Amino acid sequence: MTTLATTSQPSSATIPSEPGWQWRPALEAVLIPVGAVMAALVLFGLFCAAQGANPLSVFAAIKRAAFGSWYALQNTLVRAAPLMLTALCTALPARLGLVVIGNEGALVAGGLGAVAAGLAVPTAPPALAIAIMTLAGMACGGLWISIVGLMHYKRGVNETISSLLMNYIAIAILNHLVNGPMRDPSSLNKPSSYPIAEANLLPRLGESEVHYGLIFGVIACLLAWILMEHSTFGFKARMIGGNIRAARMAGLPVARLGLTTCFLAGSAAGLAGMVEVAAVHGRANESLAAGYGYAGILVAFVARHRGLPIILVATALGGILASGGILQRQFKLPDASILVFQGLVFLTVLYSDSLYGKFKFFKEPSV
Amino acid sequence: MKHVFTAILIAMSMAAGLVTQAAEKEVTMGFIYVGPKDDYGYNQAHSEGKAGVSQLPWVKSVEEASVAETAAVQETMRNMINLDGATVLFPTSYGYFDPHILRVAKQYPKVQFLHCGGLYTEGKHPANVGSYFGYIDEAVYIAGIVAGHSTKSGKLGFIAAKPIPQVLRNINAFTLGARSANPKATVQVIFTGEWSMPVKEAEAATSLINQGVDVLTCHVDSPKVIIETAERRGIYVCGYHANGAKLAPKGYLTGAEWNWSKVYTTYAEMVKSGKTLAAGTIPHLVRGGLKEGFVKCSDYGTAVGDAAKKDAEAAKSKFMDGSMVIFKGPLKDNAGKEILPSGKEYKQQDLELESMGWLVDGVVGSTKS
Repeated sequence: MTTLATTSQPSSATIPSEPGWQWRPALEAVLIPVGAVMAALVLFGLFCAAQGANPLSVFAAIKRAAFGSWYALQNTLVRAAPLMLTALCTALPARLGLVVIGNEGALVAGGLGAVAAGLAVPTAPPALAIAIMTLAGMACGGLWISIVGLMHYKRGVNETISSLLMNYIAIAILNHLVNGPMRDPSSLNKPSSYPIAEANLLPRLGESEVHYGLIFGVIACLLAWILMEHSTFGFKARMIGGNIRAARMAGLPVARLGLTTCFLAGSAAGLAGMVEVAAVHGRANESLAAGYGYAGILVAFVARHRGLPIILVATALGGILASGGILQRQFKLPDASILVFQGLVFLTVLYSDSLYGKFKFFKEPSV
Repeated sequence: MKHVFTAILIAMSMAAGLVTQAAEKEVTMGFIYVGPKDDYGYNQAHSEGKAGVSQLPWVKSVEEASVAETAAVQETMRNMINLDGATVLFPTSYGYFDPHILRVAKQYPKVQFLHCGGLYTEGKHPANVGSYFGYIDEAVYIAGIVAGHSTKSGKLGFIAAKPIPQVLRNINAFTLGARSANPKATVQVIFTGEWSMPVKEAEAATSLINQGVDVLTCHVDSPKVIIETAERRGIYVCGYHANGAKLAPKGYLTGAEWNWSKVYTTYAEMVKSGKTLAAGTIPHLVRGGLKEGFVKCSDYGTAVGDAAKKDAEAAKSKFMDGSMVIFKGPLKDNAGKEILPSGKEYKQQDLELESMGWLVDGVVGSTKS
């Protein structure tokens, strides 16, 4: 892409002498988001100071609580695992130019599918049961976002609005099922489905608190990276995202590629739901809709919808979330502080998107 | 060299001072809430309880609000144990119990896990887990009496989160209280389906008031918006969880409140004297009502008449001497089915009440959502 951009510059009448790796655009891609996060840190520091806490010690505490020790890192990774998966639900369609924010709904759909599958095979050997739950979760999440894709490509329905509204439908279905057909009568004051057999739950990594969801998340992000950045499928998808009319003229099957991407996106979020069910809750109930889907949207945008950065950003956000407690317990900051921080990061990163190409320094000098 | 020595000595004595100071705080308690601390509701009630027990000079307490019922609460529990040195934890939301508390309790057998509202089952749950709850339906019954006296239209409204036993018990107690004062009174119930959904709660309040309801009460996590809506529309309101009089200086009648600082203080004293759940010296199930001081009623508002006060006080003193029974026959549900025949009754401790699935005669509404 970068080569394309340089050659299209009006000034570069001659072909660049060294068309190898260009460090300036690469630096731009790193410095702008980092700068945005720094700006958010400064703003949050002002907020902390206004609340009577010393910003520097707050930042030190955030660092300690998020990455300061193996104990802290475990908390961060547990928080990051679902975010990696839900982020893909926004990131993949974004490469085709679709803004899908139905992550929460796809997560819930996937969780429900996984529970139903897990309850259907109570006596299966654990590995098989987990495989079945994984496939069921991915299929349900995938189909959920495929509905969004179908409505978009067949009827022209705006995918952002429809995917957002479908979150509420998924949560309503969840509530209906755990209050009615799937309800375990012994779950008195918190209506829940019947529990999955304990042997069939997703294990943890060694002695740690981190469960296999993290592995799922990292693998999914890597696959998404390869698919979107290094395959012909990804090339076609990015071409649609770049100019849908040109893609149609070139004869690309836009709707088919779009639907496939929607299915993959939904299945990633559905897998997050499966992990929540199989590694954390052991059953389905209203706690499935805990906001990981919405946080995933943030991760996808900050990572500019690319697979590899999602791993980093999800880990960073996991760290921020994991440090929310210490702000309350040690600094007596309000419980919403961590949301303020998250919001500031989101706003500055979104704003920074408009800064690409504005700094001369990042342009390759045309020789 | 000598200076270094003195410096070390000073540092050591300071460290020793810190240690003795820490030792004076013999009990470190951690409190976890599912929502904000200032919600005029469930979480505020617990936070006030925490503030109450923190008055004891030997108690150190930490708290964390807005902790989701996910892996997040497991993390908070572990942090409080490992980083803050908590030896007693009060994760207060119902949904924290299974699987979160049960899981972390197994990992830290020396820490006491006390949960609000859960049903501890011996043999099934770890021995270092206990549960406490209050018979708040007693205070709700009193609020019902006051509401029954105060209504002019005879139509009362109840905005409820979910049709689960704890909530149904309050709706029924409120209705029975109201009908003891005004046998023709009805209670229209609306379930919002969520513990905290201010928009739906405001809509429900508006809709009930438009239908002629002139006293509102509720069972949601934060009654704030309901109390405010009632005040703005000029009708009466009974609070729940915490005192809401500030939000409705004109229309606030009374309300059912938790008195957690009493409960938490009792627990703190038990822990200080070396008692534990695992040894059985702290009981696994702790329950209490008005008599035991677990719950209380808000002070009467200015709009409460003398007749209402007289009846409410009479009922209160019967609760205090233990002669009051809320659920006694003959009792029918609102579909006409008999719940209790004449002469039979459910005492507060009866487990049937903790799995209640019906609405008494006089309630307009259904548990089917």
